[in-house]
Amino acid sequence: MPLEVNGQSYETDEEGYLADLNQWQPDLAEAMATADGAELSENHWEVINFLREYYEEYQIAPAVRVLTKAIGKKLGKDKGNSKYLYELFPYGPAKQACKYAGLPKPTGCV
Amino acid sequence: MEEEGIVKKFCYMNRKAPYGTIYALESLEVVLIAAAFDQDISLVFADDGVYQLTKNQDTDGIGMKNFSKTYSALGDYDIKKIYVEKESLEERGLTTDDLQALKYEDEDDDWAEKDSLFVVGRDELSKIINEQDVVLSF
Amino acid sequence: MSALHIVNKSPFERNSLASCLRLAAKGSAVLLFEDGVIGAMKNTKHSDAVANAMSDVSFYVLGPDIKARGLNDGNVIDGIKVIDYDGFVDLTTEHKSVQSWL
Repeated sequence: MPLEVNGQSYETDEEGYLADLNQWQPDLAEAMATADGAELSENHWEVINFLREYYEEYQIAPAVRVLTKAIGKKLGKDKGNSKYLYELFPYGPAKQACKYAGLPKPTGCV
Repeated sequence: MEEEGIVKKFCYMNRKAPYGTIYALESLEVVLIAAAFDQDISLVFADDGVYQLTKNQDTDGIGMKNFSKTYSALGDYDIKKIYVEKESLEERGLTTDDLQALKYEDEDDDWAEKDSLFVVGRDELSKIINEQDVVLSF
Repeated sequence: MSALHIVNKSPFERNSLASCLRLAAKGSAVLLFEDGVIGAMKNTKHSDAVANAMSDVSFYVLGPDIKARGLNDGNVIDGIKVIDYDGFVDLTTEHKSVQSWL
């Protein structure tokens, strides 16, 4: 189902992940969140931006365990735990945050 | 309290050059998934598999994803034992300098960077493989 | 017109290149591509066989496949010409036939 944002159409897969990650822009993340009934805060953006940087460097979306550890290292222990990340992204930090970040679903995530 | 599972020694044996066949990428994906199961994982690169770890891979010209960058993420997945056969490098006119420097950060040692790639001779590699419970070939 | 032989397998992995060099007629051309580019590199166990065949056949190697594997154009055996995809197309049109060594 294509995603319509600012009068433009973006191709997504059946689960709503962006088909071409190069097309990503912040408005798309906002639109996906709105569709899920969520609103993106500064804290959400920290994680989304982190994921985009991780993908840029390693060409993969990290597994939840890896994400949690890396966020803890970068943003502090109070954020590097699954309770904090699941509160931000109740559908699963890796799954939902990756979708907003325009990344493919993390490898091994079903 | 959760019961501790059995930890087995798993070895992923990589013997093919990247991009010409799908083996290298498939192996990497399986390793990333398997890393979630807290097993004792080793990666071995021998024969043409050593080409998977070369530096400066540039796939723009062949229109494929450059997955060589992902090997640097293996440390984040607690994969700390990556063995490269010395003789395979030599037969190909390659040296350690032609390979990526793979490291992991030791959480218990203030995130100090430590080597995870080891170039080992045939005899040592044979011993390492012989100690494994499961060897998966790619 | 002569034949173009194309080899896409590593000489360490298969004997395609060895068979090709054994049977290619004098004056024909050999293009190494995909994993076959490994056969074009200096200082490997197979470099001498390729260098020795150079008096009978002309060698070409596909540059983008060299770069993808982190190898360096500068380490290609002297006398092998590095070409791009357009060059590949030109070679196929310049020869009477194309034989693929799988």
